[in-house]
Amino acid sequence: MATDYAALKAGGFMRQKQKNTFSLRLKVIGGTLTTEQLRTIQAVADRFGQGYVHLTSRQGVEIPFIKLEDIETVKAELAKGGVSPGVCGPRVRTVTACQGGKCCPSGCIDAYEIAETLDKRYFGRQLPHKFKFGVTGCQNNCLKAEENDVGVKGGMIIDWEKDSCIFCGVCEKACRSGAITITEDNITVDAAQCNNCGRCVTACPTGAWHGESGYILSFGGTFGNSIQKGSELLPIIKDTDTLLRVTDAAINFFDEHAKPGERFAKTIERTGWDALKEKVGEAYNG
Amino acid sequence: MAEFNITDTVDITDVVCPVTFVKAKVALEELDDGDILSIRMNDGEPVQNVPRSIKEEGHQILKLIHNADGTYNLIVRKVEE
Repeated sequence: MATDYAALKAGGFMRQKQKNTFSLRLKVIGGTLTTEQLRTIQAVADRFGQGYVHLTSRQGVEIPFIKLEDIETVKAELAKGGVSPGVCGPRVRTVTACQGGKCCPSGCIDAYEIAETLDKRYFGRQLPHKFKFGVTGCQNNCLKAEENDVGVKGGMIIDWEKDSCIFCGVCEKACRSGAITITEDNITVDAAQCNNCGRCVTACPTGAWHGESGYILSFGGTFGNSIQKGSELLPIIKDTDTLLRVTDAAINFFDEHAKPGERFAKTIERTGWDALKEKVGEAYNG
Repeated sequence: MAEFNITDTVDITDVVCPVTFVKAKVALEELDDGDILSIRMNDGEPVQNVPRSIKEEGHQILKLIHNADGTYNLIVRKVEE
């Protein structure tokens, strides 16, 4: 029987230059692997590969030099340790994430939790071309949200409460966008300047600044053959239900309108930004 | 600065991140609970980040004073763990 290379590629087996040899891409969510998974990967790379792994540019792990005849055994061995193959080709790829608010003092959202949610909902979904999600916890943007077809960035919707304020002056300097002005007995925020970074909240010594976590989305990013930074089309999103309505709208728009082999950025350019803006806007408003 | 009874001062304008915070932290460690430290720092990254780091260490920030020479004095009350 002829080897079905397309099916192998869809299942994470990337054909190498060397005949009947594959680099096996593994499933990783948000750059996180358990030590049990790592031990399993190590054992498989030692036994079936060449004793090394490659870390991909999008937080993935590949085991190079897997032989065609070992593929089924490799899958079974990996499954025993909770490791499954990843995907390649025209579908939703690895969802990337930073460590987010679970560990990072700057994190406004639990980036891993959101990555897991997106993974469960979309990972491997067949589409006209590849589709990438990335989740970053805050405006520091360690995960480069705008590189992705849909990027999610954590932010904070801020609010100041006068009663707890000692007018120390820290927030005005902590704000990198110059949105905060302190007068003798009042503090004002220039909403047009505020980028929802939440630095005023984390810096405030008395808890006078309150922050409600939110999601800032970007659409149409791509950093391969052509490069385009994803664009923000919506105000900050306050809840996960709305976030998922909007990501559904974006991915469905791509599924409906993209030509085969066309990235989201090109589809949006061809159909016009207004068409996408209308769809995600409807989803945003519920 | 008559309103604060400053116990000690430290100048971190001669170092850069992350030594700014380390120097301030070491100065705080030498003080007793309730003592007040004045930390002189540069505009830009130090004044954006050092107050937050001091807060995260559990100390109490009282005031950020803008000096005539463009530097800042952060007034902090030491809080023992």
